Amino acid sequence: MLSIVKGLWIVFLHMFRRRVTVQYPEQKPYLAPRWRGRIILSRINGEERCVACYLCAVACPVDCIALQATEDESGRRFPEWFRINFSRCIFCGFCEEACPTYAIQLTPDFEMGEYVRQNLVYEKEDLLIAGPGKYAGYDFYRVAGLAIGGKDKGEGENEAPPRDVRTLLP
Amino acid sequence: MAKIIVNEREYEVRDGQNMLQAALSVGLDLPYFCWHPAMGSIGACRQCAVRLFRDANDTRGKLAMACMTPANDGTRISIDDAEARDFRASVIEWLMASHPHDCPVCDEGGECHLQDMTVMTGHNYRRYSGRKRTFRNQDLGPLVNHEMNRCIQCYRCVRFYRDYADGRDFDVFGIRNQVYYGRQFDGVLESEFSGNLVEICPTGVFTDKTLKGHYTRKWDLQTAPSVCVHCGVGCNTIPGERYGALRRIYNRYNGEVNGYFICDRGRFGYEFVNGARRLHHARVRTERGAEAAPADSDEALRLAATLLGKAKRVIGIGSPRASLEANFALRTLVGEGNFYAGVSEKEWRLARLALDIMQGSPAKAASLADVARADAALVRGEDVTQTAPMLALALRQSVRQAPLRKAAKLRIPDWDAAGVRNAVQEEKGPLYIASTFGTRLDDAAKRTYRAPPDDIARLGFAVAHALDASSPPVPVLPANARPLVGEIVDALTGAEEPVVLSGGCGSEAVLRAAANVAMALCRKGHPARLCLTAPECNSTGLALLGGEGLEPAFGAVTSGEADAVIILENDLYRRAGAAAVDAFLEEVGSVVVIDHTDGETAARAGVVLPAATFAESDGVFVNNEGRAQRFYSVMTPRGDVRESWRWLRDLALAAGRADVEAWATVEDVDRALAAAMPIFAPLPEIAPPAGFRIAGQRIARQPGRYSGRTAITANVSVHETPPPEDTDSPLVFSMEGYQGQPPSALIPRFWAPGWNSVQALNKFQEEIGGPLRGGDPGRRLVEPAEDAAADYFADVPRHGEPSAGNYLFVPAHHIFGSEELSALAPGIARLAPRPYAGLSPDDARGASLAEANEVEVSVGGWSGRLPVRIIDTLPPGMVALPVGFAGRGPLELPAWGELRNPRDGRGQAQ
Ligand code: SF4
Ligand code: SF4
Ligand code: SF4
Ligand code: SF4
Ligand code: FES
Repeated sequence: MLSIVKGLWIVFLHMFRRRVTVQYPEQKPYLAPRWRGRIILSRINGEERCVACYLCAVACPVDCIALQATEDESGRRFPEWFRINFSRCIFCGFCEEACPTYAIQLTPDFEMGEYVRQNLVYEKEDLLIAGPGKYAGYDFYRVAGLAIGGKDKGEGENEAPPRDVRTLLP
Repeated sequence: MAKIIVNEREYEVRDGQNMLQAALSVGLDLPYFCWHPAMGSIGACRQCAVRLFRDANDTRGKLAMACMTPANDGTRISIDDAEARDFRASVIEWLMASHPHDCPVCDEGGECHLQDMTVMTGHNYRRYSGRKRTFRNQDLGPLVNHEMNRCIQCYRCVRFYRDYADGRDFDVFGIRNQVYYGRQFDGVLESEFSGNLVEICPTGVFTDKTLKGHYTRKWDLQTAPSVCVHCGVGCNTIPGERYGALRRIYNRYNGEVNGYFICDRGRFGYEFVNGARRLHHARVRTERGAEAAPADSDEALRLAATLLGKAKRVIGIGSPRASLEANFALRTLVGEGNFYAGVSEKEWRLARLALDIMQGSPAKAASLADVARADAALVRGEDVTQTAPMLALALRQSVRQAPLRKAAKLRIPDWDAAGVRNAVQEEKGPLYIASTFGTRLDDAAKRTYRAPPDDIARLGFAVAHALDASSPPVPVLPANARPLVGEIVDALTGAEEPVVLSGGCGSEAVLRAAANVAMALCRKGHPARLCLTAPECNSTGLALLGGEGLEPAFGAVTSGEADAVIILENDLYRRAGAAAVDAFLEEVGSVVVIDHTDGETAARAGVVLPAATFAESDGVFVNNEGRAQRFYSVMTPRGDVRESWRWLRDLALAAGRADVEAWATVEDVDRALAAAMPIFAPLPEIAPPAGFRIAGQRIARQPGRYSGRTAITANVSVHETPPPEDTDSPLVFSMEGYQGQPPSALIPRFWAPGWNSVQALNKFQEEIGGPLRGGDPGRRLVEPAEDAAADYFADVPRHGEPSAGNYLFVPAHHIFGSEELSALAPGIARLAPRPYAGLSPDDARGASLAEANEVEVSVGGWSGRLPVRIIDTLPPGMVALPVGFAGRGPLELPAWGELRNPRDGRGQAQ
């Protein structure tokens, strides 16, 4: 008897507390940038950041990422196609952790509901965004030793000019 | 056996190893770079440092390189020693100072020995902040990619290319911290074994350029044990598949066959599997002369069955590039008397003769490893670098055996590569080559002899006679051969393990002479081995199945007896003259072709059934040594493709044949074959049966890290399909299966925890460089007769055979281009020479011809114009014609023919 009255009393007191319910969807909650929602592929200086290294794919515990690498004539590697099956994705963020180029990022967007599961299969066109996403400034090809269009050997960050192997001078 | 102590634990190891080898052999991990089991140690990279103690009481010890420390009885080292660990970590850090930040875009990534060793030593953060040294790359041709920035200066590449494969166009250049590994100038690597750089190089400097076109990481490749289909040596391979296409071929170690290496034809010839000429659907022609139209399998089968059912007599033409099972299924369907081997008459006679020799000679057949171990060799006939490339690489090792024995007398262990080199300098063991003209192996030979095939044969008969007077004498020997006889006899009798190798060069006499030499050696107490090359991957298997050649098959049709033919994986236009094949296909009423690649024969067929290549089927090939080796499907076929034996079984079932009803899997065919022919009795035992399981699991074709399985086909449907069933083998097309070490015949890839690169192989061997655990796979079917009472061959070719033309035309084989399937791979096709007529400089001058001038050639019923190529090593009176260039050129060489300079209209008579 006493415990029932006590319970009613506590419920009654709650009427005077601050409200925490968010009126979604009219009202959008704040989600931190690190929130793990819809996955995107970013760009840097207008170029695709993804170098098709397959690390995100191998890191993915549910194996929902598949891609195929290709190269342009200058030797720059990028994905020919890139597919994420969001109907399998568990938004663990391992792909983002694994990505050496900051290309793949999880975003604070979770509004991906679909009536047809098939629509949850995203291709590269659906994933690519225009900007660098959360991480500005890092351009993998500037740091890598590979020569690509517009960056010759020795023009990367912290690189000495290519050696002339025929010289005998010290 | 020696007792060694590592980390205060005792181990028993074989004598004569170094401590690195010994430690790896007993399953310990120790980082290394420059040491390679096939090439020994040079102590260059300092990565294998350990603490070496003087004796059991020594507590201080000193740092030493394990790879340069002999594993003597009582040698005590510590791998775990703190200072040794620090030292190894610093070595990696130095190597990494200029290493580019390339892993994500590096084709080596995921199977990189440098990555593995970096992780093993624990170096994980860059401290060096200076500028990185960079290099420019070279274009090394269509097969091997060069990315010099990634080099760690371990010298493995030069040691393989120059010291092991005797290549001359690749070296190390420069000084101090700018040493450069490459060619003097950009250009195609000349060595036929350049592809091995991909596996030898512990970093991503050398990678597979053909893989780059459809790049896939090792962890994403679906792999299975396979056997190379591009020549008769039968090297073991690991093909890798992704998204339904074959992506690359890697070597699969087999201590008795190819060891650590394969040739470039074998490595880069795979692209025919993905080629535009692949057949994926059946094709039928309902009426003669009508357009062939695509059809579904049932319709095509029905039509084929009707055609065959209507026929009076159906003959079957087998193939040396189809599996034993496929050939046997065809033989079963058409009946033994109607089965013909699908090779030219000359090739068939040679193949049967080779088999007779192997079965009748007291000399054992030599495996590839036996050839490499031989300390004297006589090579006769063709240019083995072009026809059986890995045999040439083995021969290059054999010339090191005699000097190595000398070094052993100086107590220099064989693994001490620099020591051995210093001791023996440029010395070479005895290798004698008798060929029609210069070969790519001549630089390794002590002496060469160039002459027409009959003279090569006579030289052999003379050597045999000098060895054993009861073998037939040679009345007239060419003057230039006489001094050679004694020398060869001395070399062969002075050797402990001599080997006689013969390629036939299209001449039976050459084979017979080789057989006599080997027999004479054996009779005189020198246990020689005999190695006869085979032209294609299953030529020996086909010869074992028996039957007749192609001409009797044509005869059966011309005589009106047979009016239907089933042609199995064979383009007849490569086997006989175009006119003869045209006539044959015209005359025979119904033609059913089962093949994986479209060709001229398929284009003329009534029904074409799409067959599986080696990559999509299971079966057995028998290599030149008589070794039956099982290969497994790497991928499931696309379209309506089926294994040839399955098509043939279905045809037999459609004809109401009861004897094939039980043929559900490839093993049933093997059992039937074993029961039908006693020589194949071991077939069911050469590999574990399909029911074989480890801990209840099948062997996984996909590595444990295989990615993307819920996304690969998601664009088609999000509902994943179960993995395809495999009833033929204990392997499974999935990552769900056994990932550890299976029996040696089933090894789908070399991988071990911490060892992602090919170096993981160390963990699969009983002892480094020795057999795989549980014994090397494959079983030799052909053994020499016990009593070996066979007689010497007596038919020595006579001197001065009459000539039937002004020139003797001899075949010129090319590693790139002469073999049908590899020639369809774009990379190989780029390296294949254009057809030509090879002339000696004297003859060219006599006929006032210069390089690239056109000549008129007519030989063996074929005539046409070809550009001249002047071959300095060709003796006068002979013309060399390249073999197998897309049905061009006559097929039965050597033969007499005419060559004329069209400009002056006169031939130059000899
Ligand atoms: S890990 Fe990053 S760079 Fe690599 S494939 Fe994935 S998205 Fe591209
Ligand atoms: S060689 Fe190895 S460590 Fe170097 S970039 Fe390539 S994968 Fe990375
Ligand atoms: S190219 Fe490769 S094999 Fe050659 S020295 Fe450099 S790392 Fe070693
Ligand atoms: S030697 Fe012959 S079997 Fe071996 S890899 Fe080369 S082509 Fe293939
Ligand atoms: S492996 Fe021993 S020094 Fe290189």
